[in-house]
Amino acid sequence: MIDINNVSKWYGQFQVLTDCSTRINKGEVVVVCGPSGSGKSTLIKCVNGLEPFQSGTILVDGTSVGAPKTNLPKLRSRVGMVFQHFELFPHLSITENLCLAQMKVLGRNHEEAHNKGLQLLDRVGLKAHAEKFPGQLSGGQQQRVAIARALAMDPIAMLFDEPTSALDPEMINEVLDVMTQLAAEGMTMMCVTHEMGFARRVAHRVIFMDHGQIVEDAAKDEFFGSPRSERAQQFLSKILQH
Amino acid sequence: MIDWQLIADNRELLVEGMLYSLKLTGTAMLGGIVIGCLLALARLSSFKPLSLFAAFYVNLFRSVPLVLVIFWFYFLIPYFGFQIGPDKSVFITFTLFEAAYYSEIIRAGIQSISRGQVSAAYALGLTYPQTMRYILLPQAFRNMLPVLLTQTVVLFQDTSLVTIIGIKDFMGSNVVVASNNSAMTEMYTFAALAYFCVCFPVSLMLKRLHKRIAVIR
Repeated sequence: MIDINNVSKWYGQFQVLTDCSTRINKGEVVVVCGPSGSGKSTLIKCVNGLEPFQSGTILVDGTSVGAPKTNLPKLRSRVGMVFQHFELFPHLSITENLCLAQMKVLGRNHEEAHNKGLQLLDRVGLKAHAEKFPGQLSGGQQQRVAIARALAMDPIAMLFDEPTSALDPEMINEVLDVMTQLAAEGMTMMCVTHEMGFARRVAHRVIFMDHGQIVEDAAKDEFFGSPRSERAQQFLSKILQH
Repeated sequence: MIDWQLIADNRELLVEGMLYSLKLTGTAMLGGIVIGCLLALARLSSFKPLSLFAAFYVNLFRSVPLVLVIFWFYFLIPYFGFQIGPDKSVFITFTLFEAAYYSEIIRAGIQSISRGQVSAAYALGLTYPQTMRYILLPQAFRNMLPVLLTQTVVLFQDTSLVTIIGIKDFMGSNVVVASNNSAMTEMYTFAALAYFCVCFPVSLMLKRLHKRIAVIR
């Protein structure tokens, strides 16, 4: 589904990604973790072309992201993305947030988009808030709306960029529950997250990054049981104390 | 101080002058905002020639006195073979001149919206024009509305400069009445009062609008 081959990226002289390669199969849930500044957010943003990269290739369902002739908006409309800071559109109501791209990008009519939006809002438990504005919701609620907004496009895969990092601790679970449910339904997911509990419960595979390189790419049990690299062992020993 | 009889006798001329000033302000505002918006987008573009052109345009107009631009268009355009007359000339001058100022306000407004909003719009599959139209510009305009309107109040005052090429805007019609009746003090006091009565209440309203918008955010 998502093929990342030898991807490297530089900001000027500074190399942020070095020869990253991995593959995410249909229905697979892959957690990307690592210390801050390790390039994990950059890598996930390369997958839907929000960040350009200078060498290597990324194929999403057979379409090359970096190729000049690729219709990026079209490709992005098929890949859902959830951001650390939610990024709901504050000038639009929750319903309008859910309908806009469905109507403007997929060409659905208002009724169709509205029904789809409400159905997904119900699924994340927020149907009662349909007519509110993003500013009137809590962080956790906003992030659930953001997930619903991405799902409204019927994506073939979902990218999560630290979806719980900006949330108060008591709101983290409501977002993780939605993600867990999504994984159970067979959605292909790539999640940058520090939530190791979620990784243990839900992920099939864990990718560990450091200094712009994929240091470890292993099945979940293997990763948590016996990480091969010293760097991953250190990281885990620090993060799992909590 | 003010000769109300004289004003009543010349009310048609004065009202027409005020309408001219308002029309010039309105046209330059609308045209200036549209062109200013394009200039702002050009200036923020990653396509170098486009952003350089916009920067050149803005810096040029912001570094030249308005009076000079009015003269330049009025006296020099016919020299190049275009006979457009004083009226068209000032409408074009003010639109182009104000566009430079509006574009800086609009640029600041666009930059006040976080990069994440643009990323989110792109991630949903919206194209660049759609992102601008539905996501970025509506938010940016809301933020910058008070500043845009404040600039328009300044613009309204600046339109009085067209008097120097003999146009009968509000200021110009006051000048005519004043010199025909040797009533400089009376008419210029009246003109000052009239400008104040238009601009000050608008400024007060803008202050309240600013507060309300701040609350919404």
